[in-house]
Amino acid sequence: MIDHMTLVAIRFGHGLPLPDGAPTSPQEMLKALSKPDEAARRFPAATLKEALPQRVAVLQGLKIRRKTGDKTPFMVAAQDARDVADISVRSGFARALDAPDGFRERLVTFWSDHFTTRARTTADVVLPGAMIEDAIRPNIAGRFGDLLVAATLHPAMLIYLDQVASVGPLSPFGQRRGRGLNENLAREVMELHSLGVGAGYAQDDVRQMAELLTGLGVNARKGLVFLPEQAEPGTETVLGRSYQGKGVAPIRAALQDLALRPETARHIAWKLAVHFISDTPDEALVAAMTRAYADSGGALLAVYAAMLDHPTAWVPTLQKVRQPYDFMVAALRSLGVNGAGIMRFDRRSFARLILRDMALMGQKWRQPSGPDGWAEAGDHWITPQGLASRIRWAMEVPGRLVTPLPDPAEMARRALGSAAEVSLIRAAERAESLREGVGFVLASPAFNRR
Amino acid sequence: MERRQVLQGFGAVAGLAACSVAAYPLMTTVTMAQGSGLGENRLVVVILRGAMDGLDVVRPVGIAEYAALRPNQTPGALPLTGPFALHPSLSGLMGLWQTGQLGFVHATATPYRDKRSHFDGQSMLEAGTGMDVAVGATRDGWLNRMLQAVPGLRSETAYAIGREALPLLEGDGPSLSWTPEVKLRLSVQSRRLLEMIYHDDPLFRDSAAEAMQISEDLRASRIMGRAAGKGMMAGSGSGSGSGAGAKSFADIDRLVDFAAGRLKAETRIAAFSLSGWDTHSGQAQAIRSPLEQLQRVILRLRDQSGADVWGRTTLMAMTEFGRTARENGTGGTDHGTGGLMVMAGGALRGGQVYGRWPGLAEADLYDRRDLLPTSDVRGWAAWAMRGLYGVERPVLETAVFPGLDMGDDPRIIL
Repeated sequence: MIDHMTLVAIRFGHGLPLPDGAPTSPQEMLKALSKPDEAARRFPAATLKEALPQRVAVLQGLKIRRKTGDKTPFMVAAQDARDVADISVRSGFARALDAPDGFRERLVTFWSDHFTTRARTTADVVLPGAMIEDAIRPNIAGRFGDLLVAATLHPAMLIYLDQVASVGPLSPFGQRRGRGLNENLAREVMELHSLGVGAGYAQDDVRQMAELLTGLGVNARKGLVFLPEQAEPGTETVLGRSYQGKGVAPIRAALQDLALRPETARHIAWKLAVHFISDTPDEALVAAMTRAYADSGGALLAVYAAMLDHPTAWVPTLQKVRQPYDFMVAALRSLGVNGAGIMRFDRRSFARLILRDMALMGQKWRQPSGPDGWAEAGDHWITPQGLASRIRWAMEVPGRLVTPLPDPAEMARRALGSAAEVSLIRAAERAESLREGVGFVLASPAFNRR
Repeated sequence: MERRQVLQGFGAVAGLAACSVAAYPLMTTVTMAQGSGLGENRLVVVILRGAMDGLDVVRPVGIAEYAALRPNQTPGALPLTGPFALHPSLSGLMGLWQTGQLGFVHATATPYRDKRSHFDGQSMLEAGTGMDVAVGATRDGWLNRMLQAVPGLRSETAYAIGREALPLLEGDGPSLSWTPEVKLRLSVQSRRLLEMIYHDDPLFRDSAAEAMQISEDLRASRIMGRAAGKGMMAGSGSGSGSGAGAKSFADIDRLVDFAAGRLKAETRIAAFSLSGWDTHSGQAQAIRSPLEQLQRVILRLRDQSGADVWGRTTLMAMTEFGRTARENGTGGTDHGTGGLMVMAGGALRGGQVYGRWPGLAEADLYDRRDLLPTSDVRGWAAWAMRGLYGVERPVLETAVFPGLDMGDDPRIIL
């Protein structure tokens, strides 16, 4: 029987062994979310303010290359930008490995995925990481409306979903240049980020939302700006509510209204339950979380509390499959690799030993194929190829990360706690080599589920 | 997505599929050839993710309104037939067009309308359902349901290839999926112990068994390939040889080579996806790379599969919907409705642009913004499966594509 501590570690954290000082009761887990973000302080990564100069340097390099043919400034700046992005990715791993409150790190991953962004150009590689620092991490324990506003208005999002290319057709700029709307962000805000695709909104709501969002722009040095020249004049009506006036205020108001819709409450509750508990979550659990959301005006702590207080959150059957990122962090932790170890890797080895294999497992990290982010269903990940890639990594890579390799049976007990089955420990003991024994533990269903 | 909807929709579809398969238990006219239940014909389905702009790929340059709708297009389109001309980035396919091995369907779409979401659009394209079924409610794909309807197939009959999930082929019908770069080497003892570890978890047990089988097959075919000598690789073809830019096609080549290798052996159905079609801005530049990839796929598949297999192959490339008829404010196009299907292969009756042309005058457009769909994408796929494999029409119209009316035979298969 899988016990409470094991569930805290693998269902709501990044696996066993639990770091020192880890909260283990729901109350402590929630309380930890309101404390300062210690992990982010220990493993810093670039915020937008720090990342923008790198982006400007790449853009300037491109300009020089275009004008003079000299590639050097671009190459140098591109390298710097990729280093910034790399530090952001690795600090994510390091925080996940060392943070005592694994629940916070798991929530950061969840919300970063809910508000997926992806860099499409070299200049933009610094942005997705910056968005996690600026918009996601500070808002995971606040109100969903504030998180929605922060994520929607972040330059990473404005660029990724083409908002920067959308112009009010009747705005002075639109009229002068014959430019028009791009509905991409407006649509995804409603479909993916708030109401959910089944909700009762129409194409006209999307269009009105797109008109409302015009004027939002990104200045290379300042970040978010509002460009009144490009904003569609007049009043916009989204889902029966009218928004007027200039600037970002009516946009914030509309996003906050979206956050308070019952469809959004349900969508967010359902998504959290699917992510943490089961691909097909218990209806009573989703209902309780939806109610907590609605009653609190979208206070995320209340929604998390409703999840952690519900008996189905603690069912001792491991119903979910760890996504490759979660698998990788848990594997590294079980091998005794810590955050400092991750930061000592050089960029190339980290890519070769960790990121490339995650891609073969189906998760090209920070590069999901669309704004809907990563799939949740277990059978999406445990395909012949996905599993083969996990087995291959488990057998071949740990020996290159730690010497000597741990005793497989001991490692099974340490990494799986009460989820370690006797049959697995037996198999691990009968392996032909330490390498394969460790491989069996990491490739086992018990290790790949949560 | 609401849980209640999923349950209702899923129940409805599962019930329907069960009835219809039960109603045609013997599948009498399914061609049952030696070794493989599907005979010798090959079907390759390519999902073009992101909504390919059909009006840019096969351009209706002879239609009066077109130039005004699309002021910023790359020049140099190649005349096809009637008012249509081919995007210059596909110029390498003109040889196939001239020999009748390339064809198109214009103004075609799935039944998906109005919300214009990629994810819903692709979900419906791959599920093969109509608007009467909630999006996401159907768990299997239409290509898989075709496999479910043919008895006695082995899993290597159908392959989903590449890193991306392919709901089109997911379901209870036998199929495999693989990305060519994964290699799994296990000793006999490790394999036995792994089988023990996975024994009680069906998801892991089945995936591991397939993975080990595929790895073994691949190893065997690599050894055979080496034994057969290297002479075959050279001189096989025009269009897809290596040269400048070859590096950028490395992924595509591996994928196509794997597909061709399987299609030459037991496999009859292969499916994969190509993305990058979501050209909201700067389309003239943005659409080039995905088009070059598509061209590469077609030419390389021809070269690598050899004349015999290519002669029995039909490739159908389809997308979730088309794009707006009018260019947007940023030199791109937004999500639309009527789109384009690209078809190629030696089994295709090509050299034609199929489909009824709806016109581009404002009143002819869907919603006054998109190309009006005049046919159902599913109908073309259904007729292809009828032509290639002899699948019964009622099976296609109920089990594979519930609620589809196939209409008259467009005779796209030779």
